[in-house]
Amino acid sequence: MADTLLKVRGLKIEGRSDETWMPIVNGINFDLCRGEVLGLIGESGAGKSTVGLAAMGFTRDGCRISGGSVEFDGIDLVNAAARTKRDLLGRRIAYVAQSAAASFNPAHRLIDQHTEAPVQHGVMPRSESESDGIELYRKLRLPNPNEIGFRYPHQVSGGQLQRAMTAMAMSCRPDLIVFDEPTTALDVTTQIEVLASIRKIVEEFDTAAIYITHDLAVVAQMADKIKVLLKGDEVEEADTREMLSNPKESYTKSLWAVRSFKRPQKPAVQTASVPVVSVQNVTAAYGKVPVLHNVSFDMHAGRTVAVVGESGSGKSTVARCITGLLPPTQGQIELDGVPLPSDYRKRDKSQLRQAQMIYQMADTALNPRKTIGELIGRPVQFYMGLTGSERRKRVEQLLEEIELEPSQYYNRLPSELSGGQKQRVGIARALAAEPKFIICDEVTSALDQLVAEGILKLLARLQDELNLTYMFITHDLATVRSIADEVVVMKEGRVVEQGLKEEMFRPPHRPYTDLLLSSVPEMDPDWLTNLLKDRGVDNIGDAALDKMENESPG
Amino acid sequence: MSNLMLFVAAIIGVLGGGWVFRFLGRTFTGNKPYFRDMGLGVAFGYVLGALLLIWLIWAYGQSHSSDLATANKFFFLGKAVEGFFLFAAAAWVFRLFGRYVGPDGSRKIFRSMPLTASFGVLTILIYAFVAIFAAWLAPYGQEEILSSANIVPGGNPTVGGNPEFPLGTDQIGRDIMSRLIFGAQNTVGIAFATTCLAFFIGGSLGFLAATLQGWLDQVLSRGVDVLMAIPSLIFALLLMTIASAWAGSEKGLLTYYMILIIAVIDSTRVFRLARAVGLNIVVMDYIEAAKLRGEGLSYLIFREILPNAYAPLLAEFGLRFCFVFLTIASLSFLGVGIQPPTADWGTMVRDLAQFINFAGFAPQVASAPLLAAGAIALLTVAVNFVVDWMLQKSSGLKE
Repeated sequence: MADTLLKVRGLKIEGRSDETWMPIVNGINFDLCRGEVLGLIGESGAGKSTVGLAAMGFTRDGCRISGGSVEFDGIDLVNAAARTKRDLLGRRIAYVAQSAAASFNPAHRLIDQHTEAPVQHGVMPRSESESDGIELYRKLRLPNPNEIGFRYPHQVSGGQLQRAMTAMAMSCRPDLIVFDEPTTALDVTTQIEVLASIRKIVEEFDTAAIYITHDLAVVAQMADKIKVLLKGDEVEEADTREMLSNPKESYTKSLWAVRSFKRPQKPAVQTASVPVVSVQNVTAAYGKVPVLHNVSFDMHAGRTVAVVGESGSGKSTVARCITGLLPPTQGQIELDGVPLPSDYRKRDKSQLRQAQMIYQMADTALNPRKTIGELIGRPVQFYMGLTGSERRKRVEQLLEEIELEPSQYYNRLPSELSGGQKQRVGIARALAAEPKFIICDEVTSALDQLVAEGILKLLARLQDELNLTYMFITHDLATVRSIADEVVVMKEGRVVEQGLKEEMFRPPHRPYTDLLLSSVPEMDPDWLTNLLKDRGVDNIGDAALDKMENESPG
Repeated sequence: MSNLMLFVAAIIGVLGGGWVFRFLGRTFTGNKPYFRDMGLGVAFGYVLGALLLIWLIWAYGQSHSSDLATANKFFFLGKAVEGFFLFAAAAWVFRLFGRYVGPDGSRKIFRSMPLTASFGVLTILIYAFVAIFAAWLAPYGQEEILSSANIVPGGNPTVGGNPEFPLGTDQIGRDIMSRLIFGAQNTVGIAFATTCLAFFIGGSLGFLAATLQGWLDQVLSRGVDVLMAIPSLIFALLLMTIASAWAGSEKGLLTYYMILIIAVIDSTRVFRLARAVGLNIVVMDYIEAAKLRGEGLSYLIFREILPNAYAPLLAEFGLRFCFVFLTIASLSFLGVGIQPPTADWGTMVRDLAQFINFAGFAPQVASAPLLAAGAIALLTVAVNFVVDWMLQKSSGLKE
């Protein structure tokens, strides 16, 4: 190996909980050369962010490095004096956080935050750093590079902010950048642009990088080599191509296999049958701002309809119209052929019971002060009128249905469950009402892939057993591919395309659907390179979206 | 000018001491990270703290000096130091006791309890005990006028005390200890009732405004704004004057008016908090889920929102209790609160206030008004310790 920049040996990190030190990371080794990109992947709780921060000689509050060494360019970061570290961080080692929106100081303009590090470290004077920042914004393909730096963080979109943050990390031309899930919170079309620009700039300045993510397809595009972590232990490390084509450990193989879950397409329904839920010419607005324009689609018994689109496309608003939280200004919702009152307060108990909802964030969807038994028991009591031991029996039955051991979970609080288990409780609460129709609002997007797959399988099984109808709101096309029967593509409050899944994933596509499909990263390490070659930088992501709008106004 | 120079010199001296301290620390620990990364400010703090501690020990020694003038000068400081250690020891013993006696549940609580919280719990328990059994505990009646007035607290005949009245008597010869004990019943009881009422009014209206929003929220919030725009003590004084005219000779009725007035004034603060907390909770998905289930208003407020608002409301309860308590004491001090001859700590402070002038040369005499003031201060501190601890526990539960 040529010039080793970062050398991590036997790194052990402990975190303090309940008055004792618990190991978080148990002995990790890796080397990073100049200009090399290391991908760290693993589920949440695998310790990947902790390792990423430790590579900068930093630990979060309540954590400590208990063993091993981190050597950056010959400097021992574990035992370095605070002054030495202050001198390195920001200047030679930089960090790009997951949520740029939360990491920028909302009270200062972007360029002021950009120039802070170079001025502080005495790398270059302010005016020089400012023009350098504008140059970096141009390289990262931000719109209006001359002017965007003089905006405040809230005046810039999420993907642009993430790129501005990458530019900020580059401001001192560091030797090492740690990227902590920089694209996880972004839409696919935005993500692809950020990925392309990060890769370009890392290559151009020959910067070494640690790229932390849980998305294998993303890491395949970015990293030269990949390291897989599981609960603080190292599973395996190999060059990207080798790792993708020939994973050795069974855990790695299981991660690779996640995307293979796919349900067969159900045949198209007869046109004569009455749909369970029918959305008819719905137009809706928040106050005076129109959000939905004449949206219509049907959902039939036992089918899954996936509603896809970017954030802001109105897919969650459709759900709000169906549940009655947002009465539409025009059009109506029919349940089993009978029109529903547009306001949920005017619907009767049986109408409310028929349509249930599962939320994206199980954390906010379950009352943190109630036990699992109470959470699931309430709809059982409310709708079915069961009390006492009958209610308990039904709740236990539901818990078995969602594959949680009743005796163990009945009296627990939501905080004592993992993310996937919480989501299962959310499903059980919806099932307790014995509905016909369930709205799943991004139910898997906050979960790790393995866990998400478990949830999808559970939903599929329940659908087969209980003949449920799902409306599946998602922006993840991999999820659509695995579970949907029909797909509705939405953009700016309109339905752009709808039809059976098989048809939808087969060309020719409408331009927007095509753009969405082409933006989903694939496990092929050459995917991004090929895509850029095929289409050019101006024809991917949001740039392409803008173009599309200009060509077809309206 | 010379004073300023002295001050600057002292600061520089301590700063130098800090540098030396850090240097020695580095040398003797072999440059351990703690000393290596220590800022000069931190070292300054260490040295200043150490100097203050030394002065405190010296001053405590002075308070026991044989020279009466010197001893008197440091009398209160000595008592404060003794009190501090006494309370700390009592809290420690209480916690130890709690760890080995009682049911499993309470033992578990005591095991993780910080000393401050155990002090707070102990103090509150003692106050509650005294308040409930005041009639049996007090050696004399609260209105009973005894033979000798102005007996100095301490029970030491050489400085004018009397062992029969360990805390002395006031100007018209009432036993201060008995009045303190009955004062616990009156002041604390009334404050507790008032705070509960304020929370009932402010809390339920606040949650109602947060849940329903719209015009009801507007009406309630603007009404509260109007009430809050008037300085609360002056407003209370004004209303109390009106109330005393209504009550006429019925002194007992005036107490009920006072509870109502202070509760309404303080409920505006509770309303604000409950509304703000409630607004944060009603946007949660679980509230939406409950609404879509078709749940009624009372279920939403009491079963979904309230359990999640306990932590901030509890903290506010502790603070509000102290404020209410102080308001009652202030009103009594001003003469419109709890009416004599009923014993009340605020009134007692007012009645004995002029003795504070003796503090320089006859500290025992000056301590008479401080006894009631100290009783107020102690309870305030104790309640806040307990609330802090409960907050810490409930926020830890969320993690």
